Amino acid sequence: MFKYIIKRILYLIPILFGVTIIIFALKTFTPGDPARQILGNSASEEQVQEKREELGLNDPVVTQYFHYIKDIVTKGDFGDSYRTGKPVLQEILPRLATSAKITLGAVIMGALIGVLLGIISALKKYTVVDSGVLVVSMFFQSVPEFVIALVLIMVFAVNLHILPANGIDTWQGYIMPMLCIGLASVASYTRITRSSMLEVLGEDYIRTARAKGQSEKNITQHHALRNAMIPVAQSVGTSLGNSIGGGMVLETVFGVPGVGKYIVDAITQRNYPSVLGGALIIAMVLTIINLLVDISFVMIDPRLKTTIISGGAKKTPRKQKSLKAA
Amino acid sequence: MAKMHTPAMEKIEKRNAKRKKPVKSTPAYESWKRFKRNPTALLGLAVVCILILIAIFAPLIAPYGYQTQDYSAMMQAPSSAHFFGTDQFGRDIFSRVIYGARYSLIIALFCTIAAFFSGGLLGIIAGYCGGIVDTLIMRVMDIFQSIPMIMMAMCIVAVLGNGIPQLVAAIMFASMPTMARNNRAAILRVRGSDYIESSEAIGVNQVQMIIKHMIPNAVGVMIIYFVGFLAVSIMMMSSMSYIGVGLAAPTPEWGLILNDGKAYLTSAPYMMLFPAMMIMITCFAFNLMGDGLRDAFDPRLK
Repeated sequence: MFKYIIKRILYLIPILFGVTIIIFALKTFTPGDPARQILGNSASEEQVQEKREELGLNDPVVTQYFHYIKDIVTKGDFGDSYRTGKPVLQEILPRLATSAKITLGAVIMGALIGVLLGIISALKKYTVVDSGVLVVSMFFQSVPEFVIALVLIMVFAVNLHILPANGIDTWQGYIMPMLCIGLASVASYTRITRSSMLEVLGEDYIRTARAKGQSEKNITQHHALRNAMIPVAQSVGTSLGNSIGGGMVLETVFGVPGVGKYIVDAITQRNYPSVLGGALIIAMVLTIINLLVDISFVMIDPRLKTTIISGGAKKTPRKQKSLKAA
Repeated sequence: MAKMHTPAMEKIEKRNAKRKKPVKSTPAYESWKRFKRNPTALLGLAVVCILILIAIFAPLIAPYGYQTQDYSAMMQAPSSAHFFGTDQFGRDIFSRVIYGARYSLIIALFCTIAAFFSGGLLGIIAGYCGGIVDTLIMRVMDIFQSIPMIMMAMCIVAVLGNGIPQLVAAIMFASMPTMARNNRAAILRVRGSDYIESSEAIGVNQVQMIIKHMIPNAVGVMIIYFVGFLAVSIMMMSSMSYIGVGLAAPTPEWGLILNDGKAYLTSAPYMMLFPAMMIMITCFAFNLMGDGLRDAFDPRLK
């Protein structure tokens, strides 16, 4: 186990470097002159040239990349916002906490609804209930998140006046963003739960339990559900990381001051250091969260060790299993 | 002994004569037969066909141009003159939504094709070659995947600017890892099968093997991903346009029409209702069709 953890941490390093290369490549494509952006239009050409020299913009690209990495590693410097002049890291950390709170709530909400629907449709397989659940979950998969958000705003904020449409000043403000992000992932949880439950219900030990005369309720609760939850929990873990950065659209719609809105605002203001610095920080945080999730799942279920490291994919364990079953 | 001719015998002979006709039974035909039996999949297919027709004949269907501004008819509720009402510039929303089908479908198609020829091809190469090539490609894809899809797309659009080619590039790069992973899995499944091993043993050359044996057998699964990704790219595109990162006005893309109506959510909800419905219907149809295709091509995946 210790060896596995070390291996995973070492594996993290090339990924993080790779992410910095992508972000740096995007940075070199950004339109406009950063020196001019910082100094403003009134600055003279000499001043701009001086600033360029100071920022190292006249160096070769490779040298620039090494400086970029050095600043990140030694000083934790992800760039300064054009707008406020403050370091991006400092601006983004409190927002990260906000996004994390909402994501956590959303994932719990989505997982509860999804797992419940999945269990129902697995227990009532090939009935009207089953297809009804599938159609509903596919419907939520087909509706873009912001459309659900708009409908919720229309109903709860504009017509009923129960919840605020914008901001998270009160606790009620959290409800709609959480519900929205949660609903978007219901479909995938439902599907995973359903297929995982069906798979487990076909196992030998379930037949043994039935043969022993256990009640159907007991079998579902104690024998099937616990084992069926492993892939679901794994998918919850991975979506935890991805939703933090993926909530850009919804954070903008609901006016939630999270990381997503920070980046969208920075894009509309053409504040490139904030966009790219922010994206880099988020990608790093997500990679680390995903690592922790993977490690904790391997601790729970050591069988996952081979699938996570060899496939490199989060989805492969399920596919390989279903292949074997077929 | 003379041949007996009872009515029952004639019936059997007739049936046998019918059976002698060559039965068309290719894997594609079998899949189509399975697909045909699935009512929801057919519904999806029908809706997609209607949408394609709408997109092709948009100029004939739309009563007004998508940019035509009529200042005498601004912010009008739906009526017989303007089926879906008009927006703040007096543009007919019905016409914009109809033309929007053209833009949304074509851009989604371009995005999907681009993603397929970048990520998909990489996945196929990785799956076929295996070994170090596989490891290298998949590790690079891991790197791409560590940035959330929508954030990646938005960062690219932020840097390159708003516009159709930029948006296609953004969605392509953002979806590359998923595409690569799916196609790699599809090829790996075929690669492990016995007939590939047999053809390797009898010395079929590599190019022929890929073209004649592997791709035809993996193509079903790839089509499933292709159709599914059309829905994903329409959703991504409209989400991005909706928050103002993606396409530039006055393109009648559905997300952008929604963005136009954003300010009038309380006073004129119809401005957002119809484009939102179109996005929902389109994605739902693609998903239904994709699901049907999955059952048809690969019943095991169900």
